[in-house]
Amino acid sequence: MHKVKYLLVSQVVAGVLLFPTLASAKKINVVTATTDMAALAQEVGGDRINVEAIAKGYQDPHFVEAKPSFLLKLRQADLLIVVGLQLEIGWLPPLITQSGNPRVQVGAAGYLDASQFAEILEIPQGVVTRAMGDVHPLGNPHYWLDPDNGRRVAKGIAGKLGELDPADSAYFQERFQDFDKRLTAAEQKWDAEMAPYRGRKVVTYHNSFTNFAKHFHLEVIGYVEPRPGIPPTPSHTIELIGLMKRENCKLVLVEPYFDLKTPNSIGSATGAKVLVYLPSVGGEKQVTNYFELFDYDIDLIKKGFQ
Amino acid sequence: MKKVIVASMAAWFCIPLWGQQTNAPDLAAQNAALEQKVRDLEDRLIALEGKVRTLQSAPPAPTQPASEAQPAAAPTAEAAATPALAPAVPAETSPIQGQSQVVNTGGPLPNYGGASSAAKALNPDISVIGDFIGAAGNTNTPPLATLQPFPSLQMHESEIGLQAIIDPYARGDFFMSFGEEGVNLEEGYITFTALPGGFVAKVGKMRSAFGKVNMMHNHVLPWVDRPLVSTNLVGGEDGIDDAGFSVERILPAPKGIFLEATGQVFRGDSADVFTAANRSDVSTVAHLRGYKDLTESTNLDLGLSYARGHNDAMSLNGAAGDFVTQLYGADATLRWKPLRRSIYHSFVGRGEFIWSQRQQFPVEQRAFGFYTSADYQFGRRWFGGGRFDYSDRSRFDNLTDKGVAATLTYWPSEFSQLRGEYRFTHYAENRDSHEVFMQLIFSLGAHGAHPF
Repeated sequence: MHKVKYLLVSQVVAGVLLFPTLASAKKINVVTATTDMAALAQEVGGDRINVEAIAKGYQDPHFVEAKPSFLLKLRQADLLIVVGLQLEIGWLPPLITQSGNPRVQVGAAGYLDASQFAEILEIPQGVVTRAMGDVHPLGNPHYWLDPDNGRRVAKGIAGKLGELDPADSAYFQERFQDFDKRLTAAEQKWDAEMAPYRGRKVVTYHNSFTNFAKHFHLEVIGYVEPRPGIPPTPSHTIELIGLMKRENCKLVLVEPYFDLKTPNSIGSATGAKVLVYLPSVGGEKQVTNYFELFDYDIDLIKKGFQ
Repeated sequence: MKKVIVASMAAWFCIPLWGQQTNAPDLAAQNAALEQKVRDLEDRLIALEGKVRTLQSAPPAPTQPASEAQPAAAPTAEAAATPALAPAVPAETSPIQGQSQVVNTGGPLPNYGGASSAAKALNPDISVIGDFIGAAGNTNTPPLATLQPFPSLQMHESEIGLQAIIDPYARGDFFMSFGEEGVNLEEGYITFTALPGGFVAKVGKMRSAFGKVNMMHNHVLPWVDRPLVSTNLVGGEDGIDDAGFSVERILPAPKGIFLEATGQVFRGDSADVFTAANRSDVSTVAHLRGYKDLTESTNLDLGLSYARGHNDAMSLNGAAGDFVTQLYGADATLRWKPLRRSIYHSFVGRGEFIWSQRQQFPVEQRAFGFYTSADYQFGRRWFGGGRFDYSDRSRFDNLTDKGVAATLTYWPSEFSQLRGEYRFTHYAENRDSHEVFMQLIFSLGAHGAHPF
């Protein structure tokens, strides 16, 4: 046993001395479906991982093209982290199949569905049909917009990274503890900032705001889309305007990938402010991590309510 | 279930609270501790819910064929005696053998009472795509032309797709195409996804990788019909679609360039392109694909294809199988899609150029054909496009057909599509035809991924 240890140590030392480039190449290659998962992985993975997201933060994560260039990333990946709940079903499965990378196939050790760690809202009960639009039968996949879910997912990712690289397991746990602390502190600040707006009503374009609204006690009373994935119709827009006037709703939040024409006309008809909020890290250049995402959105929403 | 847990949790917390209510100064600290505890419990509950969800919805937890699970249950001597039988043995641990092959051997027994959601989770994804076509205008088709006219009203195709992950090493895809009468296995193959060395292999019946249009199912075409070059030289709607196997691999290339090679061997029977008279008359297809992101929203996709197989031309003594057809193809696709507005605007320009060398009596026919097309999405639901066609006929290289087509497409939702097309064809026999098509495509069931 001692011999083995000695051998290992000497090899590591030799490795570090002789092949500094090799040592850095030992990092875990993580590919994530979205930037939010990448941000969380980066928080716990630190400098022991390379992480890259497939979808951009300002892109509709439902409609990403399965470009072959993504295969180049996937085939090198040791770990693929997906949002799950069928968010990526329109584009990710063929990429996984074609990647020729056994490590990240569905069910393999390097495939991580982060939704298993999160609190999922709006799981449809009873019969699910497409008459409801592009409904997600497993629940609302935009769960990362609740910081508590961010913490849970980060913990899950730290656990998975530790499984893949047991030698660095303690490092990942340490980083998670640190992230947890920083997030708790940030949450207190965010909660305090949002406290005056408790119970305020908002309208969003797509149903992507549920988890955020739950955490910060806002009420989403309607959507610009008549059904998820169905573009706005005049009759629905008129109904929505009536509803907003009755409920005295003064804020319309739009994801960066939707056209502002209908929201703006709703805004002018109701006197509500129309703001582009960010559902994902990277939605704007300055939003580069999970904390800045909430900083940005909370700042925006505060201004919207003032 | 959730309610019961929450209620019991609440009950547990009430007891200490009630006992210590008098201790006023510590109350704040205790409250904080309790809040933390509730939060921890909530987290554990959510983690549990997640696990339940995973168990219910995911494919069976992978791996460990019975051989690995077996030794734990069976004494070692027995295990040593039966390793070869191991995959068939789970009868010992689970009473119903038929079920145990479907359900993961390590998992709980299935619910026999009815269709439990866990059992359904193992069903393949099922989808049906309907393709209805109406046609009007003169069909002035000369007898030797390969372009088949559409009837006035036709349920052109009902394609059933069955897709699932087979095991940790492979997935299966079946596409059965029902015409108004008769069924055709359009594709049915297994894909080995976990091969060493980055190889991906397919075995079964599949659309071959010759060019772009040949790979496409009817419902993903940007037109109602297929281009002239496709019907004249590559077998049209059926195309080179044959039983065999395929191996593909991503090749090393300079950074940012995607290079992929595909090699395929088929029986050698494909529409009117290839005919196998003997077992040795297999056909081969090779494809090289290069792809590069020019910018975040623009990319270029280039391909070279080659196919070789025996054709149905008779030699002088009346025997088939002596003659060979070779096809060479080049394709280019330029795509543009601004990421921030990807659901509203996009552009695709494509072109395919195909050369055919068909040996036949008395002289080899060398035919050439191409199409170029452009499609622009000008609204979330609206697409417009045009196509130019030019092609010799593979059996008569001195006969050249030409045509143009214009399309307008409307998407009520992601799952249905209405398309109108005007097509003008000038046949080599100096006949002209003007046709108008209306097509309605609708899809049921599992949300199939869109091919790129």
